[in-house]
Amino acid sequence: MKKHLLSINDVSREDIVRILDTAESFREVGTRVIKKVPALRGRTVVNLFYENSTRTRISFELAAKRLSADVINFTTSGTSVAKGESLKDTALTLQAMGADAIVIRHSSSGSPYTLTKWVRGSVLNAGDGTHEHPTQALLDLYTIRERLGRFEGLRVAIIGDVLHSRVARSLSFALVKMGAEVTLVGPPTLIPPDAEAWGVQVSYDIDGVLPKLDVCYMLRVQRERQRQQYFPSVREYAHLFGLTRERVGMLPEGALIMHPGPMNRGVEIDSDVADLPQALMEDQVTNGIAVRMSLLYLMLGGAGAEAVSDDE
Amino acid sequence: MGSAQLLDEGEIRRAITRIAHEILERNHGAESVVLVGIAARGDDLARRLAGEIERIEGVKLPVGALDITFYRDDIGMRAEAPEVHETRIDFDINAKVVVLVDDVLFSGRTIRAAMDALVDFGRPAAIQLAVLVDRGHRELPIRADYVGKNAPTRKDEIVRVAVKEVDGEDSVVVEEPRVVEEPR
Amino acid sequence: MSERTLFRGAHVVDPAGGRDGVADVLVDGERIAAVGEEASGASAGAKVVECDGLVMAPGLVDMHTHLREPGREDKETVETGCRAAAVGGFTAVAPMANTDPVADDPAVIEEVRSLAVRAGLCDVFPVGAITKDLGGEEMAAIGEMAVIGVRMFSDDGRCVPTARVLRNALQYSKAFDVLIAEHCEDPTLAEGAQMHEGYHSYTLGLAAQPAEAEEIIVFRDISMARLTGGRLHLQHLSATGSVELVRQAKAAGLRVTAEVTPHHLSFTDEDLTTYDTNFKVNPPLRTAEDREALRGAIADGTIDAIATDHAPHAVEEKDAEFDQAPPGMIGLETALAAVITHLVDPGKMTLTRTIEAMSTAPARLMGATDHGGPIEGGRQANLVVFDPSAMWVVEAPFTSRSRNSAFLGTTLHGRVVHTMFRGELVVADGKAQR
Repeated sequence: MKKHLLSINDVSREDIVRILDTAESFREVGTRVIKKVPALRGRTVVNLFYENSTRTRISFELAAKRLSADVINFTTSGTSVAKGESLKDTALTLQAMGADAIVIRHSSSGSPYTLTKWVRGSVLNAGDGTHEHPTQALLDLYTIRERLGRFEGLRVAIIGDVLHSRVARSLSFALVKMGAEVTLVGPPTLIPPDAEAWGVQVSYDIDGVLPKLDVCYMLRVQRERQRQQYFPSVREYAHLFGLTRERVGMLPEGALIMHPGPMNRGVEIDSDVADLPQALMEDQVTNGIAVRMSLLYLMLGGAGAEAVSDDE
Repeated sequence: MGSAQLLDEGEIRRAITRIAHEILERNHGAESVVLVGIAARGDDLARRLAGEIERIEGVKLPVGALDITFYRDDIGMRAEAPEVHETRIDFDINAKVVVLVDDVLFSGRTIRAAMDALVDFGRPAAIQLAVLVDRGHRELPIRADYVGKNAPTRKDEIVRVAVKEVDGEDSVVVEEPRVVEEPR
Repeated sequence: MSERTLFRGAHVVDPAGGRDGVADVLVDGERIAAVGEEASGASAGAKVVECDGLVMAPGLVDMHTHLREPGREDKETVETGCRAAAVGGFTAVAPMANTDPVADDPAVIEEVRSLAVRAGLCDVFPVGAITKDLGGEEMAAIGEMAVIGVRMFSDDGRCVPTARVLRNALQYSKAFDVLIAEHCEDPTLAEGAQMHEGYHSYTLGLAAQPAEAEEIIVFRDISMARLTGGRLHLQHLSATGSVELVRQAKAAGLRVTAEVTPHHLSFTDEDLTTYDTNFKVNPPLRTAEDREALRGAIADGTIDAIATDHAPHAVEEKDAEFDQAPPGMIGLETALAAVITHLVDPGKMTLTRTIEAMSTAPARLMGATDHGGPIEGGRQANLVVFDPSAMWVVEAPFTSRSRNSAFLGTTLHGRVVHTMFRGELVVADGKAQR
């Protein structure tokens, strides 16, 4: 595996299978009474979160702690970040503290790439602007594989504000890499032109797409997009593109409903739909810890250069 | 490259039978005994032992599989993070006698890691160790309670264990280390 | 007795003088004394500079540069910028007005000029602002600046926001026969943009502007030029559509001229996939098709001049998240080499046309009469001598105070050996002499 995980393009098909297989073992660790293994004892993992995201940060924090690593949290409500210290100076400070891995979430696309210039440890992208969110895509793949057992030929629709969604990008790239058929659905103003160049299809007609799906993946649509005039009103959006109870009825039997969270109930997804049994949002959260443990283990568990010979 | 067979299929079978008897003898029966095989191959051997014990005593012992990768003491020293196998211990080990089963006992580090892992699952009454081959060269104060064959080896020799379930045949072979020809 | 220098054996490329061949050039004091056999004959006692295998041209002229003084002397000063220009083979530069304070009246113009004279490394022709404080509403003191010799006006950094203001400026400028130069960028389409809008911006998740942001202003401004008859110059063109519009305007006989930067001739939006802020520039680097159109246009003369848009920025400003970094890259020291590497060597443009685009044409447009050639007796000695085949790796530090260059780490062909400004070798053997 590469030293950094900045984009889903940093992992090959084989890498992804290995990450998901290893995550199985970490899921098992999560079922034990003592949910901890000493694998990354003595390592330091830093959570550098410039964007408020309690759920993703906690997921990474638990993942690192269950591997017995030490965790440091640098968040926006914290000290130097709020004081306006530059990203570079913060990075150099973390470097001086001996961070083995830095998990960064930032509102500027590309900031994880910039961070790699200044630190020696591994950099994991926990979401950068509207660019990518590779760990979310991986835990989504894990959830899909757990329920449906395969990716090849799977029909997946990603529905909502694709234009501003880092999850949509990472997930599309990941699914296409694993052989699934992806369709992006939403109003034309929220889907990038030439998206077909990503190896996906595009449709503005949700009702035409739903009956032929194995996975229905809903994206968060912020109310702010209406203020920015990407669609005339929230009501119109929910009416034309929202996953309503009626629309769930159009999905084939056994189709999965997923959402990266947090949900805007009543906008992209109806409240009672979110609570249906085929809606896997809770699974996605649980699997998130196992998949992140798997990533931290695979990225920090090897030396890269020097190796020790096999020893029984 | 020279290799010598240490145990053939028949010898392995007899060793497992003998160990099964020894376990029952030492623990005065099968009550509160559970078997945990160390992946990989150790858990196949553990299942065979359980089968033998059932044949002899008529008792079906709980058998689990333990992967010790996350407890190794050399994580971060190899080029790649070591491969992980399945861990499945579906039963309670508190107050039980856990017999750890592995194919080869060498430096003892694997067993040290296995004991650390077990302790995270609960508090056994006792931990015993059964191995198919003890090849010497301990680096930690660890010893086996049940041994299939004592086979002193040179440290640089390679002991290869094959089990039917994984490799298609049963055998234990000792190989000369591969010598790399130096260019003149 | 004035100092005499003989440049021996250079291949002289002088479009204005119609020369393209080996000739000796004799310089006496500040002036060219003689060229050709006459020079070789009268050269007794002169210091000889061997130029076998080298090319001599009139000193390069950059009609679009940023010297940052007054206001941001941490990024560059008039002196360091002029030194960088000399190292790049330039003997004249036109610094833009977006300093602090803005050059919207004679006082700032005079200050920049005097700093340049004190440095004495090249000629500086400060550009005046079109509107007061670059605010886009009221005209700056165009007439008063023209009277003290300013020949070009631009709100560069910003686009003149309304057709009405641009029309007024073009109309008013006719009295002074000056050039109105525009940075074409529709603010509503370009707001918040970090790069060119296309496949790469969608994949990288960066806010972007389409080529139309430039093209619709090019169309607007050409219309105003047609309406008023003023002289319009379109700066740093980046898009195919803009090139087409300029071609049509020229065919219609309008007084429209244009320039392009070496980096728009070298790079595309694909170069941004590593989020390296040195590639972040305004107008943004566009597609390979746009680059091809620009290359064709500079080669065939549709675009008149190559100008660097040398834009120094402090290291800590560029060493930041992509959307936080200011746009712009330095270019004085790599301009000639970039053009040789990407256009001349692959055979897309001749060396003669290159000198025309980098010296003769900008000198004429800016009114820099002592520059641009011809190289002949009696004219001021502003010359550059370069090795067209020297290979070098672009590394920091630069002669410029800043180091934000997209060419860092790349290998370029073509290197300036000597630069002579008013008869003085300010750069010799590739090194600035003071």
